[in-house]
Amino acid sequence: MSALQPSELDRPTLARDRSAADTDLKSVTAALRRAEFGDRMRSLLLAAPLLVLLALSFGIPIVLLLSRAVYDPTIAEALPKTTAALAGWNGQGLPGDDAFAALAADLKDNRAKGTAYELAKSLNARLPGARSQVLKTVRKLESADGQAALEAMKSVPFWSAPTTWPTIQSGTSTLTSFYLLSALDLRWNADGGIERVPPEQAIFVQVFLRTFFVAASVTLATLILGFPLAYVIANVPKGLAAILIVAVLLPFWTSILVRTAAWTVLLQKFGLVNDFLLFIGIASDRLDLMYSRVGLIVAMTHIQLPFTLLPIYSVMRTIPPSQLKAAYSLGARPFTAFRRVYIPQVFPGVMAGCLLTFILCLGYYITPALIGGASDQLISNFIANYVNVELNWEMAAALSFILLVFTLALFGIFARILGLDRLKLM
Amino acid sequence: MSASQAVLPAASTTIARAAQAGAGAQGFVEFADVEKSYDGRTFAVTRMNLTVARGEFLTLLGPSGSGKTTTLNMLAGFERPTHGTITLQGQPVDRLPPYQRNIGMVFQNYALFPHMTVEENVGFPLSVRQVSKADIATRVARVLDMVRLKQFGDRRPTQLSGGQQQRVALARALVFEPSLVLMDEPLGALDKKLREHMQLEIKQIHTMLGVTIVYVTHDQSEALTMSDRVAVFNNGGIAQLGSPDDLYNTPQSSFVASFIGENNTLEGVVDRVSGKECRVRLNGGGEITALAVGATQDSACHVAIRPERLSLAPAAPGANALPATVDGRIYLGDHMRLLARLANDQVLTVKVGPEATMANGETVTVSCAPNDCRAFPADPGTGGALPKQGKTT
Repeated sequence: MSALQPSELDRPTLARDRSAADTDLKSVTAALRRAEFGDRMRSLLLAAPLLVLLALSFGIPIVLLLSRAVYDPTIAEALPKTTAALAGWNGQGLPGDDAFAALAADLKDNRAKGTAYELAKSLNARLPGARSQVLKTVRKLESADGQAALEAMKSVPFWSAPTTWPTIQSGTSTLTSFYLLSALDLRWNADGGIERVPPEQAIFVQVFLRTFFVAASVTLATLILGFPLAYVIANVPKGLAAILIVAVLLPFWTSILVRTAAWTVLLQKFGLVNDFLLFIGIASDRLDLMYSRVGLIVAMTHIQLPFTLLPIYSVMRTIPPSQLKAAYSLGARPFTAFRRVYIPQVFPGVMAGCLLTFILCLGYYITPALIGGASDQLISNFIANYVNVELNWEMAAALSFILLVFTLALFGIFARILGLDRLKLM
Repeated sequence: MSASQAVLPAASTTIARAAQAGAGAQGFVEFADVEKSYDGRTFAVTRMNLTVARGEFLTLLGPSGSGKTTTLNMLAGFERPTHGTITLQGQPVDRLPPYQRNIGMVFQNYALFPHMTVEENVGFPLSVRQVSKADIATRVARVLDMVRLKQFGDRRPTQLSGGQQQRVALARALVFEPSLVLMDEPLGALDKKLREHMQLEIKQIHTMLGVTIVYVTHDQSEALTMSDRVAVFNNGGIAQLGSPDDLYNTPQSSFVASFIGENNTLEGVVDRVSGKECRVRLNGGGEITALAVGATQDSACHVAIRPERLSLAPAAPGANALPATVDGRIYLGDHMRLLARLANDQVLTVKVGPEATMANGETVTVSCAPNDCRAFPADPGTGGALPKQGKTT
């Protein structure tokens, strides 16, 4: 069947004589690299202010905060004598009287320095109920010295409880895995193994799962709403496309707080949405849309829609209409053409949009705080609570760390499946 | 075409059935009074009648906006005529969607699917037709062999050169053995050398497979090289339809004369018509005898003369002889072009041998036979879309 003459025209021309050109090539490459190095340094210099700002305001604080999840010197600094006395203890039963005496002395010192409350709080984070016991003991020790102090210690049953001293001992080590384990509802047991905390204390795994579920629901909802819209925008005349893009972006230019507040107006029990649902007869009674999972997902979907839509749109715009025309002319029905020619080509944009929305949803704070109910709080709300209310930065850092690891892992998986260069974010 | 054929439910009719129905004496493809308007007021295509014979290589040639691509799109099924009927193998196809027409198409920018390999691209039309995997493999291999891309089957289109991509597009349009292949400026993106090479290749494939090809281009030399017949488009209609030889040597309007090949145009007024010939008074002085092609007594006309029909040799008896001065010389290797300025200040391009020695400013006499001069009516409006082009097959 090959009736045609071979052509040299469109065959890539091969390099000239290799061996002769080789040495030349090396010096040329070296010179090129030198020249490019200068260029690269200059462009780096231009970006330097931004890099410095990022490092100072972003990188260093993140590292400092996250390090709190594993580095906690409060107890060791507050209890230096106890630390020394417990150095040789094997952790079985109760330590000797010298440890009790050392702790009593440390507690008195703390009272004198005014740091007793901080210590009580820090112990309380690891040992629920410790705060009041510490403060009570400190008051008892006020007028006691020597043997009297030891007796005062023994008179508080808390200090003879089986979990107290192991906790103090682990607290005297400045590096700790306590918070990270807590963030996953785990703890060390008495045998040095890791176990689940009792169900009544476990909260974080459930919160993480809830966060992922909400993020996934919102991602799916934005994809279902955003994909057809992106297709329309990419295929209407330019003028109309510009108007539609502005319509999509308009809410995007409003503060997230304002948009969330607007949704509280719409979703409340006597709000517009309930009025409308009653009017058209879908609902027979007013629904609890505010402080509910549904309301939260609706509001977050609205806020996230542009993030999912824009990457999809930007990829769709690059696909010429001739692609589908070609598929039709080759005999593909519209659905087949769409599935086999269009979808595979917009897939990187879809993945990028979904990834963007999913990751952003993992960190949502204001919207769940305002619209979600008590059981709709996401992991960020817990982190904020530990930072602002409980002042337990260690726990906040641990939760942030776990969230960051999950997010990076997710990103890594996507990048691995799809290839980073194919991920078209904008 | 008969009315009974027109009322057949076209959407459910396949081309195969249409072929069985018997095309009779009709052409393979037929446009009957086809019109296309996008806004209801202006027409992209006006009242077009065109017949394409089976196995023919027909080129739609014209400047951009002349309606040739719209015509192609209507045939492919991407556009619907606002009036008239298009018939394919005797069957009206107006209601047939593109995917049921079984027409192969090569697009201007190839429209290869970037996420598929060359083999998958070429196999696509077969796989949507539910051909078995083994069959697809054999047929893809055969057609890739034909376009000499056998060893590139697992590459992606982006890893190929422009010419190779072009051949993949060609292979993809041919692999399902359509009886009609449409090509929309398929060589537009290639450089000149490769374009000329691909012209020959497409022509060879056409001869080898006996497939009917409708080809769109704005490049007149491409049209002349490849086509059995060329339809010259202007202003939404066919200005002239004929073989390349017809179009070049006997253009019927001043538009065709100037669009195809190079031409000298002299403006003047018809002094008198005698039989086929007429005497033209040139604007600014001088007279010339020309063939009257639509030019009438006392009307303004354009006289078109090919540069190679002009000569500096002494005029034969009865030939036109125009005194001129040499105004410039353009050396082109195998020949030379002299710019000869006439007494009325119009400049003629004269093709002479490369050894010509005339110097600038030298006085010469330019001569040509009246048969080589064609006088068209000066028609500043449409430039000469002929009123109702008949079926000339």
